[in-house]
Amino acid sequence: MNCVACIEYVIIGLMIVSAILAVEWRDLLAAVVGMTAVSLFASILFFFLQAPDVAMTEAAIGAALSGAVFIFAIKRTYRYETEEEEKPGWWMRW
Amino acid sequence: MISAYYFGAIALILIGLYAVLVKKNLLKILVGLSIMETGVNLLLISIGYVSGKSAPILSEGITPSQAVDPIPQALVLTAIVIGVATTAMALSVAIILYEKYGTLNIEEIRRLRG
Amino acid sequence: MLKRALAIVAILIIGYWLAQGLSQVPFGQDKMLVSKYYLDHVKEQTGAVNAVTAVVVNYRGFDTLGEVTVLFIASTGVGALLWRKKRKRTAKTKGSVVLTTGSKLLFPFIMLFGMYIFIHGHLTPGGGFPGGATIATAFLLMYMAFTTYEISHKGFEVTEGFAGMGYVLVGLIGLAIGGYFLFDWIWQTWHLGTSNIGRLFSGGFIPVIYTIIGIKVGTELSGIIDNMLKEEVKE
Repeated sequence: MNCVACIEYVIIGLMIVSAILAVEWRDLLAAVVGMTAVSLFASILFFFLQAPDVAMTEAAIGAALSGAVFIFAIKRTYRYETEEEEKPGWWMRW
Repeated sequence: MISAYYFGAIALILIGLYAVLVKKNLLKILVGLSIMETGVNLLLISIGYVSGKSAPILSEGITPSQAVDPIPQALVLTAIVIGVATTAMALSVAIILYEKYGTLNIEEIRRLRG
Repeated sequence: MLKRALAIVAILIIGYWLAQGLSQVPFGQDKMLVSKYYLDHVKEQTGAVNAVTAVVVNYRGFDTLGEVTVLFIASTGVGALLWRKKRKRTAKTKGSVVLTTGSKLLFPFIMLFGMYIFIHGHLTPGGGFPGGATIATAFLLMYMAFTTYEISHKGFEVTEGFAGMGYVLVGLIGLAIGGYFLFDWIWQTWHLGTSNIGRLFSGGFIPVIYTIIGIKVGTELSGIIDNMLKEEVKE
């Protein structure tokens, strides 16, 4: 099958999968890498929508600097999300 | 049905909103907030797209009737920079919370209260 | 468990409502109203070739002043929250030989590329904000390669303050010469560079303001990185 316009659907699909994984992973460093991947795929989509200024800005600021600031915050707190599941009786703590 | 770009942007907003509502670690909530901001920027730019036209840089050979809408791009350029500034400030508040309370679980912090 | 199910139901309702509203906005149709005026008159009224840059600096310049203010408040906030009396970097692992040699060689080229991006803001895509972010990335690379590298914090803060004042001064000179704040006096009163649209020396005061914004954003983001990396020294 030869669809040249299919690449947009592939990149949108990869972006949504990467966002779901970024929210679900327990290792916070892996979650930050997922967030950076979402930002990079959005930068490629900005290029397809004929917006070069926004693509450059998102790649430089959203991917590089936002990820770096998150990793410095993880360095000064902790890395693994502990077992913080909800306890029964949620209505008593509302 | 709606186009694929609209669907992708709405999906990113909803995934970020799920992380803000359900998760308990403060850094995970901030990851969800940042994903929501990326989704909103994508939605704004995909509204201003005109099919068949090219980028709004009027160099040789591109007349003003062959360009995409430049105003949403100017808005989103501002919004991206403000997004990273507020994320940096929220993370420094999280660092101070960890040094004072010893944990980043929002239920524990709500019960301790100084 | 019940909280998670309620959250998913609320999210699906919000998603359905958003999709219902967006189905009335057709994708890819021509819906420009104000942009038609901007695109038709951008070459003779501002002198820039890049229409997005002209809208950000010239037609809607006051909003860019507000954005620069928000960045300044955020950087001051980070510095105020994480302030201690004595602070030092606490990195232990030294970078490998490839990283230290490569970053010392690449540092001037990355700075040069960042300056190229914001000086040519009216001709090529980019502008002040990605140029400043590239300069901050150069400093971030030096931070990651060496364990005791520090920027001179006082000098960077003074530079950032002067760049912020420079933006307001350019606007006040416009108020004195023309009629309103941020009047483009280089293009519309002195007529400098009206003969070469598409070359470097044109575009009114767009290169001047983008140089100021590029320096300000670069030093500000480097200051945020420096504040978040130092920890307190307990004696």
